[in-house]
Amino acid sequence: MSYISLKKITTQYCLKNVDLDIVSGEITAVLGFTGAGKSTLLNVIAGLVEYEGAVYFDQNNMNHIRTEKRSIGYLFQDIYLFPHLTAFDNIAFGLRTSGCPADEIEEKIDSILALLKISHLKKRYPKDFSGGEKQRVGLARSIIREPKILLLDEPLSSLDPCTAKSIRNELKALQKHMNLTILYVTHNFAEAKELADRIVVIRDGQIQQSGSVQDIFDKPVEAIRDFVSVAIPARSLS
Amino acid sequence: MKQSLFKNNLLYLVPISLFLVLWEIAGQNAQTPLFPPLSKVIEEFGSLLRNGTLLKGLGASFGRVFIGYILGSIAGLFVGILMGVNKMAEYSLRPLISILFPIPTLGWLPLLMLWIGINEILPVTLIFICAFFPVAYNTLTGIKEVKEEYINAARTLGASSCYILWHVILPMASPNIFTGLRLESGMVWRTVIAAEMFAIPTGIGALLMNAESLIRVDIIMVCLVVLSIMCSIFERFFLWLEHRATGAWR
Repeated sequence: MSYISLKKITTQYCLKNVDLDIVSGEITAVLGFTGAGKSTLLNVIAGLVEYEGAVYFDQNNMNHIRTEKRSIGYLFQDIYLFPHLTAFDNIAFGLRTSGCPADEIEEKIDSILALLKISHLKKRYPKDFSGGEKQRVGLARSIIREPKILLLDEPLSSLDPCTAKSIRNELKALQKHMNLTILYVTHNFAEAKELADRIVVIRDGQIQQSGSVQDIFDKPVEAIRDFVSVAIPARSLS
Repeated sequence: MKQSLFKNNLLYLVPISLFLVLWEIAGQNAQTPLFPPLSKVIEEFGSLLRNGTLLKGLGASFGRVFIGYILGSIAGLFVGILMGVNKMAEYSLRPLISILFPIPTLGWLPLLMLWIGINEILPVTLIFICAFFPVAYNTLTGIKEVKEEYINAARTLGASSCYILWHVILPMASPNIFTGLRLESGMVWRTVIAAEMFAIPTGIGALLMNAESLIRVDIIMVCLVVLSIMCSIFERFFLWLEHRATGAWR
């Protein structure tokens, strides 16, 4: 059953008549070269850019629902942790906006810090985090409100392979644990193959193909054949 | 670590000590009231302190600086925030501020003397102007420097525009805001002294002018030292405040 449904989405510079259904409780990877429109697609779902067409969450039209009311989690490519807040306060930010009581905030944050193995960062500021620590705090911040939809914009692109693999595993575990619907933007085929249940390939602002990982790899349509062939050496991700 | 601290203090103190010693020697040898030695200035400082002249003048100047600076800063913050968050306010007010900001504060003095007259409101207004423009400009700059992505991140976390202003934009703009406040905290003392020298018969500036007319160089020097100390105290206070507010995360 689709949870997110996009109908004829067009943006000023990027997306052209995009129709897409995202299945509930799955990880869908959005693949494409730089500038293909992947991030714009996430921004449309989040309500951060102007668009034509319609966005549905669970069959509810979200066109007139502002970003802050869409109940999504979004991990941006550069994370954008608030530099003036500690890890605790960064993660607590979303809970405080919803008026969550202080003792509940403390409890929830302690548990997510432990889950992501970053309890030692609780009172530290982002300037003192490593790349992997920033990603984990960003991830904690985006899921602490228990959103139904999690949007991830190339979250692992700047990490070393070991840290990226470790965060990928944590992400998978979280997705199962919270039954999240995840939209995962990447230009790394190997990463998509390891993580995703489904893959959507986007090129020049249009969806070229969507389907299971195997479908995309084994039967790519003409328009993305060159793109897939470039990615073939990366199939064997360690 | 301790050795380095000692070395730094030494580096700090040596030029000052050398300057004071040279001043004393030069003053003793000059044998003219136009260049009194340090000991004579200290003696005069004690005398002005005991008879209350210095505290009375300092109190008058401080009161003007305090009121003008607080009002000017609050107004500057308000206008800076308004321009920072509201494009219409920015487009309509920016040209006006760009025209008025470069005018030296003391350039307003003749006009204000005619409009307001010579009374307590004159120096307060002058200090208000002195504080207002840089604080407004720095606040606007600070807000504009907050990347839109931080605001978007806050929106995806359920924050309203008002919540984002108080919890994201203003804290992230605070280094710029503090810079404006700190720079002007010294400048307002220079402005009040100039205003008192030209137009107001009380305060440290007026004491300076009286000393000049009586050819009392020792009193002039006392006033200059007091002025330097007050500028320094104000600037250091805001530096400390800035460090307290932003030091942990910058």
